[in-house]
Amino acid sequence: MIVAPVLRLCGITKRFGSLVANDAISLSLNRGEVVALLGENGAGKTTLMNILFGHYVADAGTVEVMGQPLPPGHPRAALAAGVGMVHQHFTLADNLTVLDNILLGTRPLWRPGLRKAVARARVQALSQDFGLSVHPDARVGTLSVGERQRVEILKALYRDARILILDEPTAVLTPQETEALFRTLRLAVGRGLSIIFISHKLHEVMGVADRAVVLRHGRVVGEVATADTDRHALAALMVGEEVVPPKVAPPTPGPVLLRLDDVTTAQAGTATGLRRVTLDLRAGTITGLAGVSGNGQAALSDLVSGVIRPQAGRLHIAGAPVTHWTPREAVGAGIARIPEDRHSTGTIADFTLTENAILEGYRSRFAKGGWMNWRAARAFAEGIIRTYDVRCPGPDTRIRLLSGGNMQKLILGRVLEPGPRIILANQPVRGLDIGAITYVHSRLLQARDAGAAVLLISEDLDEIMALSDSIHVISEGRLSPGFARGTMTQQQLGLWMAGHGFADAA
Amino acid sequence: MRLEPIANPSVLRRLGLPASALLATIAVASGLAAVAGADPLATLGLIVKGAAGSRFAALETLNRATPLIFTGLAVAVAFRARLWNIGAEAQLYAGAIMAVLLGTGALPGAVALPAMALAAMVAGALVLLGPVLLKTRFGVDEVVTTLLFNFIMLLFVSYLLEGPLKDPMGMGWPKSAALAKEARLPRIVDGLRLHWGFGLALIAALTVWVIERRTAFGYEMRAVGLNPRAARFAGVPVNAVLVKTALLSGGLAALAGFSEVAGLKGHLTLDLSPGFGYTGIVVAMLALLNPLAVVPAALFVAGVFVGADSMSRAAGVPTYIADMLLASSLLFMVLAILLVRFRVVRG
Repeated sequence: MIVAPVLRLCGITKRFGSLVANDAISLSLNRGEVVALLGENGAGKTTLMNILFGHYVADAGTVEVMGQPLPPGHPRAALAAGVGMVHQHFTLADNLTVLDNILLGTRPLWRPGLRKAVARARVQALSQDFGLSVHPDARVGTLSVGERQRVEILKALYRDARILILDEPTAVLTPQETEALFRTLRLAVGRGLSIIFISHKLHEVMGVADRAVVLRHGRVVGEVATADTDRHALAALMVGEEVVPPKVAPPTPGPVLLRLDDVTTAQAGTATGLRRVTLDLRAGTITGLAGVSGNGQAALSDLVSGVIRPQAGRLHIAGAPVTHWTPREAVGAGIARIPEDRHSTGTIADFTLTENAILEGYRSRFAKGGWMNWRAARAFAEGIIRTYDVRCPGPDTRIRLLSGGNMQKLILGRVLEPGPRIILANQPVRGLDIGAITYVHSRLLQARDAGAAVLLISEDLDEIMALSDSIHVISEGRLSPGFARGTMTQQQLGLWMAGHGFADAA
Repeated sequence: MRLEPIANPSVLRRLGLPASALLATIAVASGLAAVAGADPLATLGLIVKGAAGSRFAALETLNRATPLIFTGLAVAVAFRARLWNIGAEAQLYAGAIMAVLLGTGALPGAVALPAMALAAMVAGALVLLGPVLLKTRFGVDEVVTTLLFNFIMLLFVSYLLEGPLKDPMGMGWPKSAALAKEARLPRIVDGLRLHWGFGLALIAALTVWVIERRTAFGYEMRAVGLNPRAARFAGVPVNAVLVKTALLSGGLAALAGFSEVAGLKGHLTLDLSPGFGYTGIVVAMLALLNPLAVVPAALFVAGVFVGADSMSRAAGVPTYIADMLLASSLLFMVLAILLVRFRVVRG
């Protein structure tokens, strides 16, 4: 039996200036099917989905939903045809309730009476049917990231979506939340919905998708049933070459470059502070910090970055106690800081690549007597773009136009070029594709082998275990002893992450 | 309807849209003139003629633009760092007070003008220092504090003009004594009513542009305005930058007061500024905060005011049409500039 696809994209082409973001891409989706859209950052996944959803108008090609062509450039038409999108960055109003967020935009403003009782019953029924537990009257601002995502999915379901597009839905989720999401997706497929799942986490794609379509440089380079392939083959398709896990040579530990001596930091709002943390970072080693999100990683990262100061205890750099401590002092002390949020902390979106490249060094290296040396700044940016393979139209491009991976490469170049002695890498590969991940990891290992002391903070235990010479676990602001590479299993670390084993365990 | 960014706007878009904004403004003005019972085209002609139709008119426009360039620069600089200085009016009067204090005294001729200008800038800077320190130390909203300062300053000037600064020869009018001859800004060309305040304003615009584009401070200022969080993380001393920006902004606004007193009026009265501080916001927005564009923006705004004054005398249409013209031109221009970079997509 031949069933017509519910969604068919035909020869979609989209150019931005000289860049061809989508080059004659065709894709079809059948009823009850999960298709994974795979590709590195900048491969054209997001552009394609924006065209499908009417946010962009394609230069060529057609979109058909349930056999009917969609008029280009009309998101409402896509919505009406039953296409729902869950964006990577949520589009919810924090100060409204879950129910209000779902209803928002579904009815004309001037119609009196929202008939909330009916709506609430329907939302509750949907959340029951699809395993999306969330309280309809909770304020969205108080919800966790996982819950917010459920609200986004409910929003799409409430509008009778038959096709769900999820843009990197697991990038923000814990493993448990990811599992719950996959259960929901299976329920949805069971009810005849069709799903496009954008990701670059291959094990998830293998786990949840029936078929994978791989994009590279705006073209479809492969389309395979997940049953007929494996992770390695997919990864090779994505980056165009076989992915090799990093080879880690044995470390050659040197002197202690950064010491936290019995440091306690203030509790900032709901963020956990550090509680009497003692930690040594040695030259030539990578120290991994494992832990469940929100257990003091932010405080440790801010402390090493110079953003906050110890409330009690001391910081020592290369043996000397630190007295005055600000971001500028931290940079001056030779600390390379890769912040957790590259969009809002690491870069200034409307600054050019050049302006972003000198953000830390403008006073010391690119200005003399208060006058900027833009020629030197531009040359520095061009050097980073070359050396770190930042894909961009040029140093005068505003950085907001770059993909996350390329943004991260620029940050890497900015902090690594001066030859730092200490490197703080807070979630350095979150949201990046395989090619970029491999690249960032290899750069960190290179820096280690050149004698830098690296502090790697990550919520991805695999990453921590693969790279770290020594692992500490952080829980409720307390730090575990250091465990040498290979001495702990995932399960053992997991116990520490859950708070077991600490001396002052409550 | 949604906005979709345009990567490379065409020349037609770049020039055509602002031109249509101008046309739309003209249409609104014509409509209003018709409502007032005058011939629309003739009214517009009179405005243009009144603003630039003769040497006298053009010079009048340049004179009127001078304080607007200063206050426009003051606002543009502050807004660039996202410091919402609504108090240019107060800073202007602070500058005017200093000009009168030093200009009526016994300062020797050669140093009188530089001393007055410098003192004016210091005073204007200090007026904005309070609100910016309240902001950086305690998070007090500077929109409120700078706005309220305008009223305090106006009342303070009123007190001065009724008390310590009152002109003993003023026949009871609330005005200060006249400036000494050496304390007056000379005219650029003998016999023409254009004073060096205008030249100073042009220099100020160029200086501010150089500061923004070429100095480390300007870079810091833009960084703080665009993303204070990232700026702070990178090591930019955000609060110090805000304070420095405030000092520059206050100083620029005060030069407007100095230039009006020393260049045009020769003494201080309560109506020295018909809202130059507030109009500076319009000028800065029209110029998209670009210091060089502040000059043509100020000329445009001044031309509308001067032209409408003259038109009103000739055609009997109320001068309020000038305010309407400015307001609609600002709205249309902001819209046009948005549409240069974005296209509207239905749906």
